Amino acid sequence: MMGKSAYFPHTDEDIRVMLDRIGVASLDDLYADVPQECLYRGEYDLPAAMSEQEVRDHFAALAARNLPLKVFVGQGAYDHYTPSVISYLTSRSEFLTAYTPYQCEISQGTLRYIFEFQSMMCRLTGLDVANASMYDGPTAAAEAMRMCIASTRKRDKVVVSADLLPHVLSVLETYARYAGIRLVKARDVLAELDAQTAGVLVPGIDRYGIVRDLTGFADAVHAAGALLVEYCDPSTLAVVRTPAEWGADIAVGDGQSLGIPLSYGGPYVGFIACREAYLRKMPGRLVGQTQDAEGRRCFVLTLQAREQHIRREKATSNICSNQSLMALWVTVYLSLMGPEGLRKVNALSSEGAHYLHDRLLATGKFAPAVEGPFLKEFVLRPLVDVPTLQQRLQDAGFFAALATEEGYVTFCVTEKHTRAELDAMVELIQSM
Amino acid sequence: MKYYDKLIFELSKSGRTGYSLPESSCPACGEALPAALCRSLPLDLPEVSEPDVVRHYTNLSQMNFGVDTGFYPLGSCTMKYNPKINEEVTAAFGGIHPLQPEATVPGVTEIYREMDRSLAAITGMAHFTFLPCAGAHGELTGLMLVREYHNARGDFARTKVIVPDSAHGTNPASAAVCGLEVVVVKSDARGLIDVEALKPLLGDDVAAIMMTNPNTLGLFEREVREIASLVHACGGLLYYDGANMNPLLGVVRPGDMGFDVMHLNLHKTFSTPHGGGGPGSGPVGVAERLVPFLQRPQVSGFHGNFGVIVRAYAYILMLGRENVRMAGKLATLGANYIKESLKDVYKLPIGSVCKHEFVFDGLVNDGAHDDVPGATTLDVAKRLLDFGFHAPTIYFPLLFHQAIMIEPTETESLETLDAFIDVMRRIAEEAARDPMILHEAPHNTPIGRPDETAAARQPILCYH
Amino acid sequence: MSKVVDGLLYSESHEWVKVDGNIAIVGVSDFAQSELGDITYVDMPDEGDEFAAGEEFGALESVKASGELNAPVSGKIVACNAEVEDSPELINEDPYFNWIVKIEMSDSSELEKLLNAAAYAQKCI
Repeated sequence: MMGKSAYFPHTDEDIRVMLDRIGVASLDDLYADVPQECLYRGEYDLPAAMSEQEVRDHFAALAARNLPLKVFVGQGAYDHYTPSVISYLTSRSEFLTAYTPYQCEISQGTLRYIFEFQSMMCRLTGLDVANASMYDGPTAAAEAMRMCIASTRKRDKVVVSADLLPHVLSVLETYARYAGIRLVKARDVLAELDAQTAGVLVPGIDRYGIVRDLTGFADAVHAAGALLVEYCDPSTLAVVRTPAEWGADIAVGDGQSLGIPLSYGGPYVGFIACREAYLRKMPGRLVGQTQDAEGRRCFVLTLQAREQHIRREKATSNICSNQSLMALWVTVYLSLMGPEGLRKVNALSSEGAHYLHDRLLATGKFAPAVEGPFLKEFVLRPLVDVPTLQQRLQDAGFFAALATEEGYVTFCVTEKHTRAELDAMVELIQSM
Repeated sequence: MKYYDKLIFELSKSGRTGYSLPESSCPACGEALPAALCRSLPLDLPEVSEPDVVRHYTNLSQMNFGVDTGFYPLGSCTMKYNPKINEEVTAAFGGIHPLQPEATVPGVTEIYREMDRSLAAITGMAHFTFLPCAGAHGELTGLMLVREYHNARGDFARTKVIVPDSAHGTNPASAAVCGLEVVVVKSDARGLIDVEALKPLLGDDVAAIMMTNPNTLGLFEREVREIASLVHACGGLLYYDGANMNPLLGVVRPGDMGFDVMHLNLHKTFSTPHGGGGPGSGPVGVAERLVPFLQRPQVSGFHGNFGVIVRAYAYILMLGRENVRMAGKLATLGANYIKESLKDVYKLPIGSVCKHEFVFDGLVNDGAHDDVPGATTLDVAKRLLDFGFHAPTIYFPLLFHQAIMIEPTETESLETLDAFIDVMRRIAEEAARDPMILHEAPHNTPIGRPDETAAARQPILCYH
Repeated sequence: MSKVVDGLLYSESHEWVKVDGNIAIVGVSDFAQSELGDITYVDMPDEGDEFAAGEEFGALESVKASGELNAPVSGKIVACNAEVEDSPELINEDPYFNWIVKIEMSDSSELEKLLNAAAYAQKCI
């Protein structure tokens, strides 16, 4: 029995007219070339169709089952403020319902904002070129690892810092395992450099929230004939020394910290920027500026001969899509924030984090864990039972003190958090 | 559409701001960072007000064409309507951190569980992983699972992946990224995999064959069951590229065809918006014997593109078990209707019944005469833009020189298809009469054809 | 109809070779450049790299296509033409004048496997 869907415009009469033109008697006849044993005749084990109101209620009920928590954890996903303008603009259907801008004459909107996104990533990192975006930070890191292999000859080893965020390491290990790349995970990455090393991947800010001093890294890595890749938090690049200043060849990271909601991990947006010398090894899409016959400035997808639809198995990567709409998200965010707003986001987050850090230490329930300068994220060594601590926090509406592999607990503060909230958390812990 | 020439950087004026942030409530902590760790490069981000930003991006959007603007018959991309309820229901999940304990997010885990169950029901696979963020990412994940399966059996010599010559470019590229060697099997005169050519390629070094069914010509690979037996007999697995799943939605399940691993494109078959090139979602489903490996490859940071998965779930609920049976069939109906209505003026290399898409090989009469070259597929595509339609996919698949690949989807009405057919016929008449009209198209778009050669020779990729 | 120059040797994959002692000067044929269209980029090997006959040593890119460059003979790259690297359109303008690399041959008997102009012209019809 055929159902009625608001998404199917066909009347019974329309279907008959179309079948007549084709010259077949029924819709089923359009599948006459499909072997009988392939046709599914059973009932699909799916819910019955819902009305829109029922769908709305269903999701409201699902959402209500999730505990509403204030988030004081980072670890690669940061609860920064999202200006209301952004979703208003990104939900414009001309952006939302477009495909990849293959027909540039009717896609200048998408092409222009991607060009702006590329330019902003260049300005944040200080590097020469950036692509149209990647799936997320960890996959961007994996692609950078592949770029190192492709940019050097007969080298199969990549050294990665053991202090990278755990989810970044997991994805790197996954990609390396299947691609036959020898991944060496080390605390002292420079000690692992040798003639087989194609690249070295280090965090600008590590898994403990510490801003790393990369003095001398680029020289050592380049002397060994390898590439230096820095994994960065782009929001903090407004204030911390940039990949370009450290001498990195490639910078990667996750644009989530630029105003993208947490959304249980996605969609986010990865970015990859590099020095011009490595442009041809860069994966993914690139938008370039050119002119039409009348001399009007316009933008096109360019250098496509590197990509899978032309190069097939010899392409720089298998990536086909990007995370275009999330690149727009970040572009609008950075436009609104500007240099001053982004610096202020960092200052507010950092002040809150240092305040919380000091007050938590003063409770006597924690000891310092990893020393070093930090901004919005830090770890402490707990002196209390961690599951009890976490449960108490959760009961009071906080997601905080996530345990790390090392047995530390991690905290993160952004400009969204008020001093009153921080004080409430501290008092709760103090009372334990 | 009107031409608008600004970039956001060009609206910038020093001292202007577009943000609204609270004043600090915590005591200043002094300089958090030593000077050596601080940025000394200037930060040239735009300095613009909120109204500037809104107007700029609204103007940009007006140079864009989306499914909500008009018909988008882009072959292999399944540009179906994107329901608005999908967008609305997603908003309630924005504040959840990906590392929150499962016990705090039962609503989220139920969405994953229900999506797993629903996709398994639709495809005949056992279970899905939702980590892949796109179709190509799904292919890579699926091939990783293929390797896990063989390795777990101590079968380490399987390094080859067989890919038809009509395959999407992502198939061979994904195999290469997964450390596998690509072997191409050719198509026969019917446009289907040549089974006789396949047989000698099979052996104990074959990890898998990747198939798109219907293939990129829109043709159902009717020997799929025989191919499955042959590949399984040699110890290989079958991978199903779900990019073309739409005509089979509610009709055929890949599991029943003999596939072991597959991906779906939620942004195609399950109505989530393409967003100008993403975010998508490419969940990978496997048969029972591969389930033990399903969670091993951590191919993305957290849990995949959750926001996209929510939208697809809303679509499945709206469709329900009643309507799902019609989706694929109506898509196939539309494609065959266009094909039959235009095959006298566009060359149809393979005439058999198609599924959701089909391929013309250029114009029957391209109008070439004396010194005037005939109208090409590119010209037809550009001329379509003048009439308010998006162009089909062109010059793919590579099997034909002038390929025009048309996919209408089930959300297009008879009236829309008729309007498209009328315009395609008019373009064919123009080509026969005066191909220059087509060579110079588009005429009514914000820009004319850009100089792509200059863009590639001297790339300008960043605003200076 | 694409141009074929007498006196050069040709590979099946559309490279031409001009022999100068033990040096093979290598470019691509008129047929190859016209199939690719406007060439936008030459992916050059490094001087000193060694390749076996038939091995890919570089690539040509146009806007919508890519063509491999295969070594017609085995040997070491001793020179890359910086002019075509800077201005790839030179290959479109005169593919037989604008060579791409020079290879110091390790086995000149491989030249016998290449096609002469007449045999190559047959292939390009």
